[in-house]
Amino acid sequence: MSLPEIVRSAFRGIGANGPRSLLTVLGILIGVAAVILLVAVGNGSAQGGSNTLTIMGTGLTMKIAESLDDPVLAPGVRSVSPVAGTSAILTWEGAEHRSDSFMGTVPGWFTAADSPVETGAIFTADDEAQARRVVVIGRTVAEELFPGTDPVGQRVTVGGALFSVIGVLKEKRDAGDTAVAPISAVQQVLAGYGPLSAILVEAGDASPADTVEGQVSAILDTKLEPGSYRVVNASQPLETRTATARAFTTLLGAVAAVSLLVGGLGITNIMLVTVAERTREIGIRKALGAPRRVILAQFLVEATLLSVIGGGLGVAVAYLGSHFSIAGVQPVIVPGSVALVLGVSVLIGIFFGGLPAVRAAGLRPIDALRYP
Amino acid sequence: MTGTPVLDVRNLTRVYGDGATEVRALDGVTLRVERGEYVAVTGSSGSGKSTLMNILGCLDTPTTGGCLLDGVDVGRLTDAQLALVRNRRIGFVFQEFSLIPRISAVANVELPLAYHGIKPAERRRRAMSALDLIGLADRADHEPHQLSGGQQQRVAVARALVTESALLLADEPTGNLDSHATEELLSVFDELNAAGRTIVIITHEPGVGARADRLITLFDGRIVEDSRQEPAGRHAAAA
Ligand SMILES: Nc1ncnc2c1ncn2[C@@H]1O[C@H](COP(=O)(O)OP(=O)(O)O)[C@@H](O)[C@H]1O
Ligand SMILES: [Mg+2]
Repeated sequence: MSLPEIVRSAFRGIGANGPRSLLTVLGILIGVAAVILLVAVGNGSAQGGSNTLTIMGTGLTMKIAESLDDPVLAPGVRSVSPVAGTSAILTWEGAEHRSDSFMGTVPGWFTAADSPVETGAIFTADDEAQARRVVVIGRTVAEELFPGTDPVGQRVTVGGALFSVIGVLKEKRDAGDTAVAPISAVQQVLAGYGPLSAILVEAGDASPADTVEGQVSAILDTKLEPGSYRVVNASQPLETRTATARAFTTLLGAVAAVSLLVGGLGITNIMLVTVAERTREIGIRKALGAPRRVILAQFLVEATLLSVIGGGLGVAVAYLGSHFSIAGVQPVIVPGSVALVLGVSVLIGIFFGGLPAVRAAGLRPIDALRYP
Repeated sequence: MTGTPVLDVRNLTRVYGDGATEVRALDGVTLRVERGEYVAVTGSSGSGKSTLMNILGCLDTPTTGGCLLDGVDVGRLTDAQLALVRNRRIGFVFQEFSLIPRISAVANVELPLAYHGIKPAERRRRAMSALDLIGLADRADHEPHQLSGGQQQRVAVARALVTESALLLADEPTGNLDSHATEELLSVFDELNAAGRTIVIITHEPGVGARADRLITLFDGRIVEDSRQEPAGRHAAAA
């Protein structure tokens, strides 16, 4: 029998044993899709989040902040946000709230600090240029000053000046007691034109925070006394987060591997249930003069086809599934996991699908025919 | 008759198990079958008939003793050579229905030809003419479970004769058949024998044994009687 004929005969075998073939394909499909998706979810949870450096020190100025926005010397920098912070008392209709973190900054800060607004809007570059008195307040400030009222559109008094509330920040752990206004307005009204309290530097997607830290430090060293500033790598917490995510991925991977194993056992079970039937069939084929090599080829090709079909469909399902966010995480498929899982599942299918055939092909026909 | 005997077995023994559970299924069987003979093997249940048949058909190997098939000592053959012998020289009909399930009757009959390396079109043609010979050409596309016991057994016979092997071995082929189906199957054997095939058939039915021209009786793994007889009740031979 030629190879194309063996393949055709294997296809016929798959078709003739419909339910069994379907179960095998399904078992591999579920195992493969589960592993790829779970790993993708773990991987997805590790991605995203800001990648920010905070520069603190004495003698930070707007000039220095501007010098950091340098595509040549610091190509890894995406945005620079000078921050003038102070403490201030906000009042509204007799209610009073003291915030230790009344910040003047630029619109880029909201992205850099990963602090988007929940309601309302952030201020614009134009607001900043015109030193408009607008403010975005944190959740704590909103609750203290405006219980039961929508703060957006209200005007609060800060340091004797009126600021319009234009937005409320999304809740963020330990950062609710904040108010953010254009730096020009804050300097005018509150902080004065002295040194900045910090500069936030956001690194670009492709630039590791460490690299950008080097670029920034090189610039700062030319402008400031060494030791008069420090760069806090805010991606430190991110790194811990990545480590957590990595642990999470490993955990999910382990769960997934177990599900693949269980899937594999299911396949094996299906195969073993039919061993008696297949062994007898092989006995008949041997009695009719089938060479061992042809029997092996037919059953191995059959097992391989089933595993490859199951594995391929599993990958397809995983790719489809990765378009939906799962438990709030957008899965990001890890190509390595696809290759690994596909390889493992196909091997499981071939091994357990082919094993009975390999064994039976070595039996004397009469022993195969008499298989209990 | 002259020439190399089709079967020439000497002092065959076959022992199953060992120690306390040892069973001597065959205990020194010596037998020659010449070309064109029609031999019936009888004997009570457990006398070793199937064991002998399986060894003659190269499905099993004897514990001691040798088996020459067309002068070739099958004990010395490799696995691949044995496959070739089973395919080209022997047609085997089992007692149990031994068709492969879920493939059509004609696909079953084609199988030995496929292992013989014959092209699909030629295979189909020869399988159909074998089915025609046993009168089941109209059931070619039926799967085994759609056929009666007798029809399945006849398909198995068609499969055994399709390679035109000189030796046809059948282990109680009529064991599960009613008298009508038995008669149909036996007339196929009669025709095949008349056409020159060597046939060895196991049976415990006297009417079946009477159709052969030689009757061998086994008892406890030994041949206790081996006699030539005038075949009775044949149709094809009379024609
Ligand atoms: N696979 C086997 N294992 C052990 N004993 C067997 C086996 N096959 C047959 N026997 C024993 O060998 C003897 C002959 O069996 P068998 O050749 O099947 O007899 P028959 O076909 O004449 O009824 C019986 O006693 C049977 O129990
Ligand atoms: Mg028997």
